[in-house]
Amino acid sequence: MIEAVGLTKRYGDKTAVYNLSFQVRPGAVTGFLGPNGSGKSTTMRMILGLDNPTAGQVTIGGYPYRRLPNAPRQVGALLDAKAVHGGRSARNHLLSLAQLSGIPARRVDEVLGVVGLHEVARRRSKGFSLGMGQRLGIAAALLGDPQVLLFDEPVNGLDPEGILWVRNLMKALAAEGRTVFVSSHLMSEMALTADHLIVIGRGQLLADMSVTDFISANSADFARVRTPDTEPQQREKLSAAITEAGGHVLPEQDGALRVTGLALPRISDIAHDSDVRLWELSPHQASLEEAYMRMTQGAVDYRSTTDQKAGLQQPLPPGAQPPVPVPGQGQPGWYAPPPPQQGGQPFAAPQGVPGQAPAGPYGAPGAPGAAPGAPAPNPYAQPAPQAPQAPPAQAPAAPPAVPAAPPTAPAADLTKPEDAR
Amino acid sequence: MAATQVVRSEWTKIRSVASTVWTLSLAVVVTIALGMLISALSKNEFETMSARDRLSFDPTFISFAGMSLGQLAMIVFGVLVVSNEYSTGMIRASLAAVPRRGTFLLSKLAVATALALVVSMATSFATFFLGQAMLGEHKASLGDDGVLRAVIGGGLYMTLIALFSMGVAAMLRSPMLSLGILMPFFFLISNILGNVDATKKVGQFLPDQAGSRIMQVVTPLDDDTPYGPWGGLGIMALWVIAAVVGGYVLLKRRDAQ
Repeated sequence: MIEAVGLTKRYGDKTAVYNLSFQVRPGAVTGFLGPNGSGKSTTMRMILGLDNPTAGQVTIGGYPYRRLPNAPRQVGALLDAKAVHGGRSARNHLLSLAQLSGIPARRVDEVLGVVGLHEVARRRSKGFSLGMGQRLGIAAALLGDPQVLLFDEPVNGLDPEGILWVRNLMKALAAEGRTVFVSSHLMSEMALTADHLIVIGRGQLLADMSVTDFISANSADFARVRTPDTEPQQREKLSAAITEAGGHVLPEQDGALRVTGLALPRISDIAHDSDVRLWELSPHQASLEEAYMRMTQGAVDYRSTTDQKAGLQQPLPPGAQPPVPVPGQGQPGWYAPPPPQQGGQPFAAPQGVPGQAPAGPYGAPGAPGAAPGAPAPNPYAQPAPQAPQAPPAQAPAAPPAVPAAPPTAPAADLTKPEDAR
Repeated sequence: MAATQVVRSEWTKIRSVASTVWTLSLAVVVTIALGMLISALSKNEFETMSARDRLSFDPTFISFAGMSLGQLAMIVFGVLVVSNEYSTGMIRASLAAVPRRGTFLLSKLAVATALALVVSMATSFATFFLGQAMLGEHKASLGDDGVLRAVIGGGLYMTLIALFSMGVAAMLRSPMLSLGILMPFFFLISNILGNVDATKKVGQFLPDQAGSRIMQVVTPLDDDTPYGPWGGLGIMALWVIAAVVGGYVLLKRRDAQ
């Protein structure tokens, strides 16, 4: 049993973990979830007494780890698979750990067999793949046959067979009555492995509940309804009827309807009553991954932004089209623009953004600086005559900054920065 | 947890990495080879020396000349033994297995120091005998006054250098940082301070200069060193204790990164 009370860890002015209280009970796999940098590993290190908490405490079986009698026989941990001296063989690595807790060398060969590394036991661990490293780390955790096991991201780098093995191993360990605490950032993996979930974000507790509770609390059931594609008026009719009956209708991209708030038989009855034929009526559950993302949305530290590539962009020659972005890249709900029109926007230098080279193509639609990439044809564009100066076909490869023609056109002059002239 | 378990584990760790063999054998080879070379050169030079120089000619000390370079390999050994744990991240597994950090550090230092002592003593005796063989008719023998003390002291000196490096590495954790500080310190700074008149007094109290006093049998004529051979080794021992205590206190307090 692991118990944390008001656990807090600060590094300088950065708070890694704040006021975390939870219990990890024996006989179950407890998943520890959170985005990158949310404090999972810091918490694990504090449980193992490697880091001292700034405030609060964490105990295993009632003792702080550093005062736990015969700790390595009570607790096994996989913290970092690569935390091994590369020049030492797998067997010697485990042997040195085994000798620390008075475990006989026989046991080392046993666990090497358990994790499937017996054939490479005498090879230097430098040449190990990430997956082999994980197996070695798991072997180290199993050495003392401990009652409490901690695994930090154990499936990283494992092949599907290895992932399945880890999953079954954890379940088996928990079924033997041990305490198993597994961190991960993969909700889907935890949904299959864990019985209980502890979710943190920015070092704070977001959820502490069983997986089944988490599912029912966080995933809204919905029904997908599809009416004949050929008769759009039927769709309108059904939407109206369902809304009238108290359901919520959300049209999906492919023409189906996402209905929430009504049971499937009820939807069928409504359709029948309003004389609408159905091509599909199926039950669905929002995935746990979605629920988890929604929960941690506000607590993600390292969020990716769209790649503007502004630092790489040469100032485009006047009249050149910026490269056409890959559809769907950047942000959700982004669709491919219509293909650039022949001769369209020959002087599409940024409007209202003086002193700035044309911005990258992946900017959010409508965002300032993204104007040149906007796919809408410019109604004031000069027609054909200028087109040969910079045919759009040249554009995608970010051409060298040799202007196809001296930038004498007034539009370019107005908007180019001084040094570009 | 019995300390013997930790000692056994540390022995497994130290014998199962290649760097142990490399650094120690380098220390042995460099010390002996350079000592023999300089002994042979000194023998040829003896004829042309002034009377004054002949009076302070110290065959024992000359045969230990290789230690100025050999100690660098000893420093690398000491640094690597400790900082390996940090650079590989193994420290987390080790400290998770040995929550009592004092036991961990002291066992590690004990094993590495014992190994260094054995190697250093063997090196010291070997370099003495081989150096004397090179010196021909000017040689000293082990039975002469103070010679046995100097030879044993040479072994102790190299061991203390290794232990000092371990203490520094335990404080600094990074192998690059530790070597980057220790190497220039012993190879350059100590020499410069010792040879400039203004700083000579300070230089005499640095660990290597104080410690190497024990290998001298014949004191130079204008010697004004305020301590004797054992006093010098004592000063060096104080440096070593300071480094080890510093490493211990920091390990105990700090997060294991």
